[in-house]
Amino acid sequence: MRPFEYRRATKPSDISAADRIIAGGTNILDLMKLEVEVPAQIIDINPLGMTEISEIDGGLRIGAMVRNTDCAADARVRRDYPLLARAILAGASPQLRNRATTGGNLCQRTRCSYFMQPEARCNKRDPGTGCDALHGVNRSHAIFGASENCIATYPGDMAVALLALGASVEILGRTGTRSVPIGDFHRLPEHQPAKDNLLEPGELISSVTLPPAMGGAQIYRKVRDRSSFAFALVSVAAAITIADGRIRHAALAFGSVAHKPWQDPAVETALVGQEPSLKLFAQAADLLVGKAKAQSGNAFKIPLLRRALIAVLSEATNTEA
Amino acid sequence: MSCNPPAKFTVNGMARTYTGDPRRSLLDFLRDDLGLCGTKKGCDHGQCGACTVIVDGRRINSCLTLAIMQHGSEITTIEGLGEPDHLSALQRAFIKHDGFQCGYCTPGQICSATAMLEELAQGWPSHVSADLQHIKLSDDELRERMSGNLCRCGAYSNIIAAIREITEATP
Ligand SMILES: Cc1cc2nc3c(=O)[nH]c(=O)nc-3n(C[C@H](O)[C@H](O)[C@H](O)COP(=O)(O)OP(=O)(O)OC[C@H]3O[C@@H](n4cnc5c(N)ncnc54)[C@H](O)[C@@H]3O)c2cc1C
Ligand code: FES
Ligand code: FES
Repeated sequence: MRPFEYRRATKPSDISAADRIIAGGTNILDLMKLEVEVPAQIIDINPLGMTEISEIDGGLRIGAMVRNTDCAADARVRRDYPLLARAILAGASPQLRNRATTGGNLCQRTRCSYFMQPEARCNKRDPGTGCDALHGVNRSHAIFGASENCIATYPGDMAVALLALGASVEILGRTGTRSVPIGDFHRLPEHQPAKDNLLEPGELISSVTLPPAMGGAQIYRKVRDRSSFAFALVSVAAAITIADGRIRHAALAFGSVAHKPWQDPAVETALVGQEPSLKLFAQAADLLVGKAKAQSGNAFKIPLLRRALIAVLSEATNTEA
Repeated sequence: MSCNPPAKFTVNGMARTYTGDPRRSLLDFLRDDLGLCGTKKGCDHGQCGACTVIVDGRRINSCLTLAIMQHGSEITTIEGLGEPDHLSALQRAFIKHDGFQCGYCTPGQICSATAMLEELAQGWPSHVSADLQHIKLSDDELRERMSGNLCRCGAYSNIIAAIREITEATP
């Protein structure tokens, strides 16, 4: 690990553009040990509080320092946003979730093995050096929205649920606060793969806000190499409501398939107003994966995602095969 | 706001101060500075659970946190749970059920299980809970809740048997 200076923040304005934030530390320290992250200044935001979950405008505001464990265990989250509790509980291990924070989880970096290996070429880690994943082992990489500069995925679970639930992220900068829909928070690699999300240096996530719960069925399905303590190969988050035998509302998000939690409004539109049936679900899934583009080693993800979506829609609507 | 401020905390009830290089992980501090070598280093990257300790009542990976970040916290290691002449109930159950082979993962397993029982008592759900509100205790629940602790020797079935004995003893 490279040497750095450590300070404890006592107020948000202590954070300067030269600082890197540490919250739970479970991602940044991991990467600092590998010298993938080499910050010269670390600022610890644990003294800032931001550990409350409060009710706001019929929804919930989750402070940036709420630990993943506490969010998943919160009675209101379990009751009204089971999708969020399920996605968090599907991630990492109990020890990690006890430390991992809401803000840190959103900002966790890709698990691309070339990114995590300083010897490899990686445009995300060292802009301009190239991408060894393009022609390397890219089993876990993107099937949507990749660029010739980067095919890494955003690996997290929680943000996928937050996207299907329509959450927004509150950001505190030196010039004020802004709120952005979670779908706009993470970005695609394009020509700037080093930038995972739209946070500017020195900016702080203060909270995440959930709109009022919409009821219905909420499902998170994570497909992985082993059934616990592993990142997703693909994941599907769904919130579906039915009225008079038809799908009234469908919110879907997909994890570990792109540089950001993935969404496809055309798939949702194809479902809304229709009677649930396996035929309909197959059409919707074909619409989704029709736009997918496999890398050399991950063509399996396309049928896997297709089947996962059909299974989730069937479960959400009690449609029998 | 000073640079590299001291961290004051307790380890197994004893007051400690850390003022050294901010790079020191809590794990290295416990083992190398305090000589509390019960806590083990397996992967040093949050993947194995050998370094599990209990901080403010919660199990965490001591390899993925810094000593300097512990300001104000109460840390319990395996040495704080029990020693050969006064073992904790879980430690006794691990011996009775042969919940280990080489023993390397065992301190982490026992710290993890100790805190896990408290999580169960609080009614926290897990990935395998069918119902997020009412948790039914099954071996699958225990396995999922212990999935952050790997055992290279594969003593898993006996580890679950040891934990089972404690969950059955407490109503
Ligand atoms: C072995 C292992 C397995 C894992 N498995 C999974 C999994 O299956 N699914 C999953 O989703 N995750 C998984 N994770 C990742 C884990 O969820 C993240 O490490 C964790 O959520 C990060 O949160 P943190 O608070 O520890 O972040 P930190 O490590 O403290 O910070 C991470 C990043 O976020 C920035 N940051 C933190 N807080 C803020 C804030 N408030 N404002 C602005 N920037 C901020 C930091 O500067 C840093 O860049 C795994 C991790 C490990 C080590
Ligand atoms: S040494 Fe900490 S998890 Fe492996
Ligand atoms: S007893 Fe040997 S690693 Fe678990």
